[in-house]
Amino acid sequence: MSSVQLKNIVKRFGAFTAVEKTSLTIPDGAFTTLLGPSGCGKTTTLRMIAGLLDPTEGEIVIGGKRVNDVPIHKRNLGLVFQNYALFPHKSVAENVAFGLRYRNVSRADIARRVQDALDLVQLPDVGARYPKALSGGQQQRIALARAIVIEPDVLLLDEPLSALDANLREDMRVELKRIQARIGVTTVFVTHDQSEALAMSDEIVVMSDGRVEQVGAPEDVYNTPASEFVARFLGASNILGGQCVSHGADGAVLEVPVFGQVAVPAAKSPHLTGPGPAKLVIRAEKLLLRAAAPIDGTLTAPAIVEAVDYQGQSVRYFVRAGDETFQAINMIDGRPFAQGAQVHLALRPQDCAALPG
Amino acid sequence: MSVEAREKRQPWILLSPALGAVTLLLLVPLIFIVVYSFWLRSAVGPDIQGFHPDNWQRALTDPFYRYILLNTLKIAAITTFFCAILGYPAAYFITRSSGNKMLLLLLLMLPFWISYIIRTMSWINILGSSGALNTFLLSIGVISSPIQMLYNEATVILGLVHFLLPFMVLNIYVSLDGIDTNLEGAATSLGATRWQAFLQVTLPLSLPGLAAGGLLCFVLGAGTYITPLVLGGPRDAMFANLVFEAIITQLNWPMGSALSLLLLLVLGALVAVYNRFLGMSQLTKGLG
Ligand SMILES: Nc1ncnc2c1ncn2[C@@H]1O[C@H](COP(=O)(O)OP(=O)(O)OP(=O)(O)O)[C@@H](O)[C@H]1O
Ligand SMILES: [Mg+2]
Repeated sequence: MSSVQLKNIVKRFGAFTAVEKTSLTIPDGAFTTLLGPSGCGKTTTLRMIAGLLDPTEGEIVIGGKRVNDVPIHKRNLGLVFQNYALFPHKSVAENVAFGLRYRNVSRADIARRVQDALDLVQLPDVGARYPKALSGGQQQRIALARAIVIEPDVLLLDEPLSALDANLREDMRVELKRIQARIGVTTVFVTHDQSEALAMSDEIVVMSDGRVEQVGAPEDVYNTPASEFVARFLGASNILGGQCVSHGADGAVLEVPVFGQVAVPAAKSPHLTGPGPAKLVIRAEKLLLRAAAPIDGTLTAPAIVEAVDYQGQSVRYFVRAGDETFQAINMIDGRPFAQGAQVHLALRPQDCAALPG
Repeated sequence: MSVEAREKRQPWILLSPALGAVTLLLLVPLIFIVVYSFWLRSAVGPDIQGFHPDNWQRALTDPFYRYILLNTLKIAAITTFFCAILGYPAAYFITRSSGNKMLLLLLLMLPFWISYIIRTMSWINILGSSGALNTFLLSIGVISSPIQMLYNEATVILGLVHFLLPFMVLNIYVSLDGIDTNLEGAATSLGATRWQAFLQVTLPLSLPGLAAGGLLCFVLGAGTYITPLVLGGPRDAMFANLVFEAIITQLNWPMGSALSLLLLLVLGALVAVYNRFLGMSQLTKGLG
């Protein structure tokens, strides 16, 4: 078990910079997710940790030891690829045993540990089969078994669930988390799926354009985004540009269109430093639609429903208030509002977050 | 007509022009040759028709023919071996090079735009007694008179490797290109060195391409008569030269037919063995 540290890592491909100067500490035993849109440098970062790519600048430290010059086969990492990369000409058991053959493990121990790994991924009977004879989800589990059987210091997973269909993906999410918790290995998980990241991670690293936007626990990243990018990337948010009119120990007061003055608690505005331009972030599910104006304590504004997107247990409304359009995701309570309905928006100020403008 | 019946007929309709061409241009002449091989040449007048096993008997028992046949197979085998060890690294390099693969493949195909005979003859300008190499060695004073480098078995093999190498490279390339590059990454992450990863993963997965390239080089090499004619000495004849000799020089069509069929049968048997163990699909993949 080891922590992973990136110190001022830069990766350039020719003139193109895939990863800008990045420093990051991945704690020992934690499940850390690199989250970001396609092309933001997640895979590149992971491959540098793995040793499949050399960083252009900076240091990589695993378990307190600089590994820049340690070749991949000596790093003792478990790697799971998006397309699984099982050896098609070897049986499942041979695939899983592959890493043990380079580790001075006796024949009997190899057989036992392979079986243990297959048991762990709940596929005890497929050892004699070839990868081609397995379903996508089963191949995924075998790839995981092959990576963990060597008892790696760090487990690196590059979008391991993205090739699976939606239902299986949710099952495997739980399964993967169960196995990780069981063996307690430091895990770096790459995904562009925010719900996957929120559900599985101890810590999320949000990346965009080769830079780290925010690092934090899922609820921190979700509730207190550090940038407009994070606010928009994780879940649906409404962002109102305005002014911070006062800033103090107990929070900030923002003057924004539609809602007027909003008092955001300090915990939700850690990135504000003082009065000046600021942005108010309103989560779509925190913005409620009411038939009548709510009584005090909540901010309110009249609005008109412009579009209704029925989603079963919830509805997503697009409403217009003043010159602004808002997205609101509400649980269904009775009948949803119809298009064109006159409604009142209701919003608790403590549910808002504030960003520097 | 039912849909199934129509669907069943469709491939045959589409195939018929090709099948017609093959029948007319290949099968019919082949039958002629089979028939011819049982005729006899007479010293005067036309060939004697009928069913005479004499040519076959001679082709199968004459130690000279057997010697040439074995020599042909040996030269083809050595050629194939050199094509494999020269072609594999080249194919590997092309597969792993980033970006300009198409250019490299184009360069590989470039020699095909020049006639095979011209390409073979070009060695005379390089290795001949007044060729480039001798001139160079003379000018720097390493030798005082030209050395005889041409017209031996080695130059025949050299010419054949020159001719056949692109086929080998292409076949291996197709095979290597189909291998997921993450497999080597997975192997090294599990503790294998790059060389071990190559031996354990890449090489076995590319064997079908190597085998297909090998078969192609062997069959084309064993069937050639131009290279030994241009680059070989009098003792370096290959089997196809015997056929050429019989038919063109001696005008003994029946004997030539028997000899050419014998070569066809030997190489055909080889292809059959290959097909039994590796399957023909790999070969067509390499050609496509
Ligand atoms: N070998 C390479 N040569 C040149 N550019 C590259 C190379 N590998 C990656 N890039 C570029 O670096 C950027 C980051 O790539 P990376 O694969 O890390 O993205 P990612 O975040 O994993 O995206 P995805 O979610 O689509 O997998 C991309 O713009 C990509 O085009
Ligand atoms: Mg990626």
